[in-house]
Amino acid sequence: MAKALVLTFLLLLGGAAWGREAAPAAADPQLEEQVMAVAAELRCLVCQNQSIAESDSDLAKDLRDQVREKLRQGQSERDIIDYMIARYGDFVLWRPPFKLTTLLLWLGPVLLVLAGLIVLFYRLARERDGGEIELSEAARARAAQLLESRTEMEER
Amino acid sequence: MVAELGQFALALAFAIALTQGVLPLAGAARGNPAWMSVGRTAALGQLVFLAIAFGLLTYAFVSSDFTVAYVASHSNSRLPLAYRIAGVWGGHEGSLLLWVLILACWMVAVTLFSRNLPEDMVARVLGVMGLVAAGFLAFMLFTSNPFDRLLPAPPDGRDLNPLLQDPGMILHPPMLYMGYVGFSVAFAFAIAALLSGQLDAAWARWSRPWTTVAWVFLTLGNALGSWWAYYELGWGGWWFWDPVENSSFMPWLLGTALIHSLAVTEKRGSFRSWTVLLAIVTFVLSLMGTFLVRSGVLTSVHAFATDPARGVFILALLALVSGGSLALFAWRAPQLQLRGGGFGALSRESLLLTNNVLLAAATGTVMLGTLYPLALDALGLGKVSVGSPYFDAVFVPIIAPALFLIGVGPIARWKQASLPELAVRLRWAFAASVVLALVLPFALGRWSPPASFGLALALWIAATSAVSVWDRLRQAGSGLSVWRRMTDPSPAFYGMALAHVGVAVLVAGVTLVTGYETRKDVRMETGDTVAIGGYVLRFEGVAKEPGPNYVAERATLRVMRSGRNVATLQPSRRSYFSQQKPMSEAAIDSGFTRDLYATLGDALNATTWLVRVQHKPFVNWIWGGALLMALGGLFAASDRRYRIAVRGLREEKYLAALRDRQVAPEIATRKIAPWTREAGNG
Repeated sequence: MAKALVLTFLLLLGGAAWGREAAPAAADPQLEEQVMAVAAELRCLVCQNQSIAESDSDLAKDLRDQVREKLRQGQSERDIIDYMIARYGDFVLWRPPFKLTTLLLWLGPVLLVLAGLIVLFYRLARERDGGEIELSEAARARAAQLLESRTEMEER
Repeated sequence: MVAELGQFALALAFAIALTQGVLPLAGAARGNPAWMSVGRTAALGQLVFLAIAFGLLTYAFVSSDFTVAYVASHSNSRLPLAYRIAGVWGGHEGSLLLWVLILACWMVAVTLFSRNLPEDMVARVLGVMGLVAAGFLAFMLFTSNPFDRLLPAPPDGRDLNPLLQDPGMILHPPMLYMGYVGFSVAFAFAIAALLSGQLDAAWARWSRPWTTVAWVFLTLGNALGSWWAYYELGWGGWWFWDPVENSSFMPWLLGTALIHSLAVTEKRGSFRSWTVLLAIVTFVLSLMGTFLVRSGVLTSVHAFATDPARGVFILALLALVSGGSLALFAWRAPQLQLRGGGFGALSRESLLLTNNVLLAAATGTVMLGTLYPLALDALGLGKVSVGSPYFDAVFVPIIAPALFLIGVGPIARWKQASLPELAVRLRWAFAASVVLALVLPFALGRWSPPASFGLALALWIAATSAVSVWDRLRQAGSGLSVWRRMTDPSPAFYGMALAHVGVAVLVAGVTLVTGYETRKDVRMETGDTVAIGGYVLRFEGVAKEPGPNYVAERATLRVMRSGRNVATLQPSRRSYFSQQKPMSEAAIDSGFTRDLYATLGDALNATTWLVRVQHKPFVNWIWGGALLMALGGLFAASDRRYRIAVRGLREEKYLAALRDRQVAPEIATRKIAPWTREAGNG
C-alpha cells in the first residue's frame, strides 16, 4: 500500500520518464532495522573502534548475517547478545555488562557528580559562614586615591 | 644530508630549551635580570631551529626522500604534493615536531604580547614553557626521531593512510595542536603564579585571553575532526565516542570549565586555587591527548609492550608534569591567602561553580570510559569495550543540567542573586522555550521525549541569551542613541552571548539530526529511483575515473524535488594502489536545514549497485554552532580591557578588594563606573 502511494506520488512528481523505485537492499527492511539496532551494540572485533553495524569487514558482515538469521528464528535481542558474549566474551559488547569488574565504570559518573556536589555544598556553606575581608580605613583611603588617579589616566 | 641537518637543528633546539627552562626560572627566583632576560632570546632561538627542522622534514617529504624512515612509512612517490606536505604531521614523530614548533610559536607570542607584564612573571612563564619543550624534544630525540635513516632505502614509500588524504585532515591536527599547546600558556601562567605567589586578579586577567584563544582553537579542531569523520568515514556519523575523539574532547570540556572559572577569578578574586588546579589538569589532559592518540596505546595497551622505551618515556613525562605541578600546587596553595570575594549560595559565582563541577564530572566520566578498558586489561581483569551506548547513557544526564545553567548564569548577579528576581526575568524565556519545544516536534513530523527535551534546552539557551542582551542594552541608559547603546557592552559580553547561542545551535543540531534522520539501503540499476526526506534520487549509472594514486568508480545520482533537478550526488569508491580494500567516498549535498548523504556500496552484478542514501536534518548546525562558539571566543579575547597596562600588583589587589566592599557611594557611582560596568559583563 505504502509502496503504491509512493509510486503514485513519484508519477505525479516526475512524469513517466522518471524511473522505477529501487528495491531495498534487504529482503525485509523492518527486520533489517532490528538487525542494525542489535549490530550497533556489538563490537567489530577485527576493526578499530567500530560496531558491526558500521564496519565493512567480512567478520562484521558475517556477524550481521548471524544476527539476522537468529532474529528470523524468533530469538530475542537478549538471546542474541548472550550468545555473542558466550562466544566472544564481554569484549564484544559496546555497552559493558554491569558486574564486579565494571562496578567502578558504571558507578563512577554518579560518584563523580556526588563528590562534586558535596564539595560544592561544603564550599557554599563555608562561603556563607566565612566573613568578608575587612579593609582598614587606611586601605580604603588608598584605594579611593588609586581609583581617582586611574580614572583620570583613562580619561586622558 | 638533509636528515642530519634536521637532527642537528633538533639537538640545538633541545639545548636552547634546556637553557630556557633553567636560567629564567633561576633568575626570577634570585632576582637576576640578566638571567631572566634569557627567556625571550631563547624562545626566538627555539622557534628558528624548530622551523628549520620542520622545513627540512617537509623538504624530505616533498622530494620523496625514502632514506628517511618516517617519510618512507608516511608518503609515496605518487602522493599529491598537498598530502606530501600534510604527511609531515600524518604520523607520531612528525606530529610531535609540529607540536613543539607550535609551542615555540606560542612562546614567541608570549614574548611579543607581554610587554606590560612584570619581567619576573614573563621569565617564569617562558621558563615553564621551556621545560615543557625540553621534555618533548628529549622524547623526540631519544625515542621518536623523525629524521631516523632507513638504509637501504625502499623503492617507494608505504603511502599516507588514505583516510588522511583529505583537506580536513590537513587542517585538523594543526588546529587541535594550537589548542593543546595554547593551554600550555595557561599552565605556565598558573605555575608562574604559584612560584611567585602572585595568584591574584591580575594573573587571571593576563591568562584569560591566552586561555580563550587556546580554547577557540581546540573548539575548531574538535569541530573539524567531527566534520571530517562525518564526510570521510562514509557512514554519516558525526561523533563516535572513539578514544581518539575523547582524548581531544576531555581538554576541551575542562578548558571550558577553566575559562569560566578564570572569569570569576578575574572579576571577583574567588576560586583562585580551583582555577590554578583546572589550568594544570587541562594541560595535563592536553599532553595525554597528544601522546595517547599518536602512540597507539589507545588501540591496545600492548603498544607499550612492543615499544617499551616510548611508553615508559611518555608515562615518565606525564608523571613529571602532573606530579611536579600538583606537588607545587599542594605546597604553595595553602601558603597563599586564597580567599576571594565572598558570595551567596545563589549568585553568579555559585552558578558558575556548579557549572564547573558538572563540566569536571563530565570530563571525569569521559576519562573513565576511555581509560577503563585499558586499565582493566593492564590489570589482567578481562577485556571490555566501552562505546557510544555507554557514553550516551552517562554523559547526557551530567551535561544537561550544565546546559540548563547556561541560561541562568549570565542573568544572575554577582555576589548575591535573588530567586524571585531571576524568576521574573526568566519567566518568558522559560515559557516560550517549553511551549515551542512541545509544539515543534509535531511540525517536524513526530513527537518524541528526547527531541522535545533537546529542543527545550536549545531554545532555553537561545531565549535567555536574548534576554541577557536585551536587559544589558536597556541598562545602558535611556538617553542614549541606539548605536551608543549597542556599543556600550564590552566585546567580552557579546562574545559570551554569541558563544552561548552557538551552544544552543549545536544542541539543536544534535537533537534534530539524532531524532529525525532517515536512511535507506537500496539496490540500484540505471534509472532506478529512491525517495527520501521529500527528495527523489535517480541513479544514472557508474563510471570509472582515474585519480593521482587510485582509480575510482563513481556513481551519479540526480536529486529531484517537486519535479525540479536540485542537485547531483557523485559517491565513489576508490581503490588506492597501496591498499587492499576500496575506500568509500561519500557524496553530500549540504544545506542549511538538511544534508543529503549518499554512499556507494558493493556492485552486486555488472549493472546493480548497493547504494545508501541518508537524509540528515540540521546536521550542519552542529558545526555551525561550534563555529559560533569559536567566534564568540575570539570576540571575547579581543576585548581591549586585556591590553590595558597593569600598573602594579598592589593597585590591582586594592581594586579587587574595592569591588568586594563597594566603597563609599559617591566614588562608586562617579569614579569606578567604567570598572563596575565591566564587572557586570561576564
